[in-house]
Formats: sequence, C-alpha cells, structure tokens
Amino acid sequence: RNFQTKPRARAGPHTGDPLLFADTSSAAPPMNNQGYYTPGYNIGGAPVGGPEDAGVNNLFADPMASAAMMYGSSLANQGKDIVNKEISRYVSVNKLKYFFAVDSKYVMKKLLLLVFPYTHQDWEVRYHRDTPLTPRHDVNAPDLYIPSMAFITYILLAGMALGIQKRFSPEVLGLCASTALVWVVIEVLVMLLCLYILSVHSDLSIFDLFAYSGYKYVGMIFTVLGGLLFGSDGYFVALTWSSCALMFFIVRSLKMKILSSFSHNSMGAGATAKSRLRLYITVASAAFQPIIIYWLTSHLVR
Amino acid sequence: MAFTLYSLIQAVILCVNAVAVLHEDRFLSKIGWGVDQSVGGFGDEPGIKVQLMNLVRSVRTVMRVPLIAVNSVCIVLLLLFG
Repeated sequence: RNFQTKPRARAGPHTGDPLLFADTSSAAPPMNNQGYYTPGYNIGGAPVGGPEDAGVNNLFADPMASAAMMYGSSLANQGKDIVNKEISRYVSVNKLKYFFAVDSKYVMKKLLLLVFPYTHQDWEVRYHRDTPLTPRHDVNAPDLYIPSMAFITYILLAGMALGIQKRFSPEVLGLCASTALVWVVIEVLVMLLCLYILSVHSDLSIFDLFAYSGYKYVGMIFTVLGGLLFGSDGYFVALTWSSCALMFFIVRSLKMKILSSFSHNSMGAGATAKSRLRLYITVASAAFQPIIIYWLTSHLVR
Repeated sequence: MAFTLYSLIQAVILCVNAVAVLHEDRFLSKIGWGVDQSVGGFGDEPGIKVQLMNLVRSVRTVMRVPLIAVNSVCIVLLLLFG
C-alpha cells in the first residue's frame, strides 16, 4: 500500500469542491487527490504509480507549491460563492432552472409544434399544485433552451450564409448577433410595457416573454435554410410557412395567458373594450414576428 | 438597421430622460396628468390613462438621481469615443 508512505501534502480535506481538482490536473495523481473521496480508486491506482512517484514526491514535498495550490483553490471557492450570491440577488436562479429543465423528447415535440402547430389540440399549460409543470412534463410550457440554442445556431448559419456569398468578416457576425438580440430585447420591453398599461394580471414573467420571443429564432433558421438550399423561391416559401406557423403558435399560446386572465373579473360593459385591446396586443405581437424574421434574414439570402 | 447593445442602451436612456423631464406643475397638471388626478376608480382595473400616469410618476420619482450618474457616464463615453 504505497499511498500511505507518501507525505500528505494537502493539510486537510477540501470539502469545498471536488470538481475543481478532479482528474484534470496531471501533476496531482489520483492517489493523493482522491484519498478522501473514493478509496476504491486508490487501491486501483496505487500499483500504477511506479515511475511517477519520484516526480510527484518532488512536487508535493515542495511546500510553496502545495501552499499555493491550497490558497488558489480556497480563493476560487470564495470567488464562486460570491458570484453565486450576487447572481442570485438579481436573477432568481431557481426560476431560471425551471426553463432549462428539458429533455430531448420535449425538444423534438416542441420543434415539431413550432413548425406545424395546426394539429395540436390542447394548448393549456398544466399546473401541479399552483406551480407550472416543468417543460419535461408538459409540452406547452415555455422553455429557454430552444431559444438560446436556436440563437446560436442562427448566428452560425448567418456566418455560413455570408461566407457563401463571400461577404463574411468577424465584425459582421458580431453585428448580426447583437442586432438579433437587441430586437428580442426591444420586443420583450414593449410587451412588458403593454401588459403593464393594460393591467393584464397574467403570470407571464420576463423569462416567459423571452421564451416566447425567442421561438422566432427557430423560424429564422428554417427560413435561412430554405433560402440557402433552394434559392430565392425557397426562401420566400420557407418564410411564408414559418411566419404562418409562428403566428398561429404565438396566438394560441398567448391567448391562454392573456385573454383568459380577465375572465375572473366582472364581465361588465367596460370589459369588451379591454378584451379588444388584449386581442390587439396578442395579434400585434404575432404579426410582428414575420416582419422581424424577414428583416433579420433577407440580407443573408440574396 | 444594425444595432449594437450600446445603441439600445442609448435609446433607453434617451426615452427615460424624456419621461423624467416632464414637469409636474407646469405641464402634467395642465394636461390633466397630475398626481392628484390619478386617484380615479378603485376597481380592480384602473384605466389605461391611470396606469400611464402612474408609470410617469414612478419613473420620475425613481430615476431622477440614477439618471444623473448614467447621463454623466454616457456623456463622458461619447466625448471619449465619439
């Protein structure tokens, strides 16, 4: 059992973060590192350490190096804690985690729904004791995974399309990315303003709005692919198809959240004007999608 | 229309400035948007005008001081980097 004869260079167990110094550092051998975590690994690793023992001994016998490593790892732990605390003050991490709790079945069904939403019957977001179900269990729940992945894919596709036309440069790619992001932010801000002014008490949080606005990236990818593969005609066909599908999807999804939230209130005479305005908001939000898809993709496909 | 995030920030700063310079006595009361005129219906659905007046009043109250700092930063950046 040769791991017991080596000096324990690390003073105490770092309960902080096994992930920081697990298997990646070649200087710290498995025997020294994982003495506290997996004794089974030690027994497996002990016989292998023949030639490296001498070098490892030198590194860890040097107190300065080991002290520096301990100091560095404790600094990293502190930094991680501070960052987590600050982030959780501004962005509720649990709420954000809800939007990324997806699995591949959900992603496939949702992508199919975004491209062909006409046969889907039930658009209601299902609840489980007052909290909405995670996207894993409910295909109608909004998520942020698809929009973020679609955004990155759109940027890559834009770069490829520009490269095919020999108009590529890294600045143009950054400009394209920030333009797309800025339009989504503008749309979310305008939606928030309209929802506040019309005093719509729905449970649409800011992340929900980002999710529903971000679904247009899927339409943009579809359009750009159609334009790249089949030329200008394919571009317009794909644009029409994805615009109609996206408009249908947005109207059906937001109708549940915006228009039905006023059914609890009194159905007096003033309710009809309000409900008309809410309908305008939903339809305007849907009609904005094809415009922005065309605006953001037409310069990629000539 | 190619945007950067900085142009969005500039646009937002300009809009908030525009809301913050509206004077209470000289302008808002004259057009019927003063704070004393927004205590309208106490039903669960205040009208659009009441919501807008509340929004203007809260923006003016909250953003007066931070806008000084943000505007100064924006001016310095514009002077330095054009």
